[in-house]
Amino acid sequence: MTGTPPLVALVGNPNSGKSSLFNALTGARQKIANYPGVTVERKSGRTALPDGRPVELLDLPGAYSLQPDSLDEAVTRDVILGKLAGQRRPDALVIVVDAGNLDNHLRFAIELIGQGLPVVIALNMIDLAERDGLEIDPTVLADELGVPVVSTVAVRKRGLDRLLIMLAESLSKPRLQEDEATESRKQITERAHRIAKRAIIHETQGRQWTRRLDAILLHPVGGVAILLALLFVMFQAVYGWSEAPISWIEAAFAALTNVINAQMPDGLLRSFLTDGVIAGVGAVVVFLPQILILFLFILILEATGYMTRAAFVMDRMMAAVGLSGHSFIPLLSSFACAIPGIMATRSIMDQKERLATILIAPLMTCSARLPVYTLIIGAFIPAQNIGPGIGLQGLVLLALYLFGILGAMLAAAVIQRFVTQSRSSSFLIEMPRYQLPRLSDIALGLWQRAWVFLRRAGTIIFVASMILWALLSFPKVPAGSTQSQVEYSIAGNIADVIEPVVRPIGFNHDIALALIPAMAAREVAVSALGTAYAIDATDEEQAAMSLGPKLAAKWSLATALAFLAWFIFAPQCISTIAVTRRETNGWKWPIFMVTYLFALAYIAAGATYWTAIALGL
Amino acid sequence: MQLDDLPLNSHARVQTINWAAIPESEGHRLRSLGLEEGVEIEALHKGILLWRDPIAVRVGRMRIALRRKVASAISCELVA
Repeated sequence: MTGTPPLVALVGNPNSGKSSLFNALTGARQKIANYPGVTVERKSGRTALPDGRPVELLDLPGAYSLQPDSLDEAVTRDVILGKLAGQRRPDALVIVVDAGNLDNHLRFAIELIGQGLPVVIALNMIDLAERDGLEIDPTVLADELGVPVVSTVAVRKRGLDRLLIMLAESLSKPRLQEDEATESRKQITERAHRIAKRAIIHETQGRQWTRRLDAILLHPVGGVAILLALLFVMFQAVYGWSEAPISWIEAAFAALTNVINAQMPDGLLRSFLTDGVIAGVGAVVVFLPQILILFLFILILEATGYMTRAAFVMDRMMAAVGLSGHSFIPLLSSFACAIPGIMATRSIMDQKERLATILIAPLMTCSARLPVYTLIIGAFIPAQNIGPGIGLQGLVLLALYLFGILGAMLAAAVIQRFVTQSRSSSFLIEMPRYQLPRLSDIALGLWQRAWVFLRRAGTIIFVASMILWALLSFPKVPAGSTQSQVEYSIAGNIADVIEPVVRPIGFNHDIALALIPAMAAREVAVSALGTAYAIDATDEEQAAMSLGPKLAAKWSLATALAFLAWFIFAPQCISTIAVTRRETNGWKWPIFMVTYLFALAYIAAGATYWTAIALGL
Repeated sequence: MQLDDLPLNSHARVQTINWAAIPESEGHRLRSLGLEEGVEIEALHKGILLWRDPIAVRVGRMRIALRRKVASAISCELVA
């Protein structure tokens, strides 16, 4: 034991304010990783006891009991019982209990106390309980449960000192024996209710803020309107606010490239640095503004308690295709980027529904498709109004989004019916009280999610960019050859193989060539087409300006429309495939996903092409 | 009276739950959320548009949302 600080696990029901308490105790010094062998996030951090001894804190996933019904809850149980390989058993537990929901949270607390580990109870969110008209006596709780109880308000950092004092005391006591005669579930429930009744010494009606807000936000008509308005603002922000930072990032990377070009002689190393490393890192970082804005909205909506209400409002519509309100948030995130969307599916209890949601997430029109859509629409769709204030170009863009959603709904229905063979989806969720989030919790959450994105997606996009650079750079075109480097390269040769396959759906050799580097990220298709048409452009926007007229001259309208249809469905994103492999623990589902999406893309592009030809476009 | 017929803002007590009519995982979660025989409940909100599904119910001191299909397996009696 010497050397390793004691391990203390924070455990409690979902919505007990456990993570806020963890943040308040550890500050920003947190480590996020995965538990060995599972994709459940492991959050740990350090804090110091009053005597200066360090302790390692572990923020266990929220659970309702030690009989798990999700992967997260199974991890919580296994860690507490010391059964998770590669994770030592905690030396003590801090049980976090919502003071405003004693009846329910005490059941889990009683079950946990029975495990024999030294325990301190944090009677959390005592201020909200008081706001709701409850007056609670912690000494009654401590007497009844036989363990120390400390009142805390994690978000205001109240009660933390006393909590640490009690924790230090508990850690110095010898470990108790596990209760031999474990109580039945019914006995535990009855005991929890009895203790809650005794501990609550006074109860008035309170202000009932949550109920009043719910009357508006869950209104059968008004609630839908509010959600739609909120989504509108969110999308406006994701695309509008990110424009400036994205252009700064692009300018910074362009400047860096220029510096290297000016300082280094032309050669393989320079090409590796500029076209490989900088282009690769840039491709990752350029997504950050949109992802951060989206995460900011999602974190705020989660912290206030509104997210479960959004799920409530959307549930019935999602049920029509075999999903539920639980799938709504992950799919919403996927409009910015499928990677955070797929990571957000962890909150879905039903494993079949979770799988179906992962498989359709790439059909939501992510931000990487926009540069491609903008280029083709700008080049081929006339900028005319077909009605007052209704532009044809905007209408086509909207149609592309809608086809994506429609495709996803159809795919979900088919997948739930035939692949996962789910009989019916389920929706059963706790709706927490509304509360004002603490700014530092949001900031910390934002930082953590950005970091996780950069590390997981970043490494993959980076490696993929390296490989693509190599494919496009080798072998070197001999001096005096009439062929371009791109066509002479390995990628060019692959394009020769792909071309006959995609010719029936109206694609030419240049498109076949552009599809290869676009596997890294869809928007690369734009710069790849730029290269193919030998246009010297440093960023996508610049490429789009001069590329548009060239495309309009070289491609038929039918080809352009087929190209758009292809990008609605095609899984042109290595990062998404890699994240799917991670989250489904194997290659089976990513391979299934890629196959069905390519098939859909091929059929959609072909149907579009031949319909357009038949219509004489 | 079944829970899905319970008028909004009326208080009731859960009498019996037909566990056989509820998929096992949902039954388990229902118990985790404290919705069991004998507990005091109140219907709070019903879902959007004409579906009026799912429904939000107060169970003790917490609010949960559940679908009508599950709610129809829960019998309760009104309390004053």
